[in-house]
Amino acid sequence: MTIGINEFIIVSSLLFLVGFFGVIFRRNTIIIYMSIELMLNAINLALVAFSRFNNTIDGSIFVFFIMTVAAAEVAVGLAIIVMLYRQKQTVLVNELNQLKG
Amino acid sequence: MLVSALAMVLNKNAVNSAMCMIVALVSTAGLFVLLEAYFLAILQVLVYAGAVMVLFLFIIMLLDVDKEENYEYLKHKFAFLARFLGFSLMFFLIFNSFSETHLPSTELVQITNEGQAGINVYTNTAKSFGQILFTKYMFPFQVIGFLLLVAMIGVIVISKKHSMGAEE
Repeated sequence: MTIGINEFIIVSSLLFLVGFFGVIFRRNTIIIYMSIELMLNAINLALVAFSRFNNTIDGSIFVFFIMTVAAAEVAVGLAIIVMLYRQKQTVLVNELNQLKG
Repeated sequence: MLVSALAMVLNKNAVNSAMCMIVALVSTAGLFVLLEAYFLAILQVLVYAGAVMVLFLFIIMLLDVDKEENYEYLKHKFAFLARFLGFSLMFFLIFNSFSETHLPSTELVQITNEGQAGINVYTNTAKSFGQILFTKYMFPFQVIGFLLLVAMIGVIVISKKHSMGAEE
């Protein structure tokens, strides 16, 4: 195997970047949620790469925990989105502005 | 993978975007396989590409979002400048930090399945993964289980409260 850790970290950073700009630029809450998932995935990739190249398994165990938390978070977040949609008939964040002071 | 991730963020249609996201997640699982984390790769496909994306697609279909997004805020005078600065700063930081000279590229250690004293050696079998999970990380494991329970109850409460409100 010739792929070094640098390539993995660059790919993971770029993936995180894509997710980050997805969160910033999109206005659809569902897409924003998917971008958050993408960022968590990028972190998972970096953790596994570090764990593999450091020859310890603790990073992989952390990835396991992150996946579980992400699944729980998606369930709760999508329930909140559904509730918001039922009340406001929209999923766009620039129309969900009642919290504005 | 990066292309499909970009396609996910840029796609206007939410369903297409979810499909591109599935491609991105599966290719991440492929990278896990390259790192010889087979258990995590299987978990990634099952949990993310399976459960989470089915949930997303279900919600997209349920809500039937076909409303056009408003991109007027991107046409603001300073928005161009801010985006350009942000992108260039990020790319500069990433490629400067992770060029060959900064991170020492270490040699890959051959995977052995025998543990050493004190450290948990990286293994690719689910058996040793579970062994460490249930000995060293027992408490976080139980906390995670409790978190899943709390999330389940929370979702039930959220949807239940709404239906009661609708009845009133």
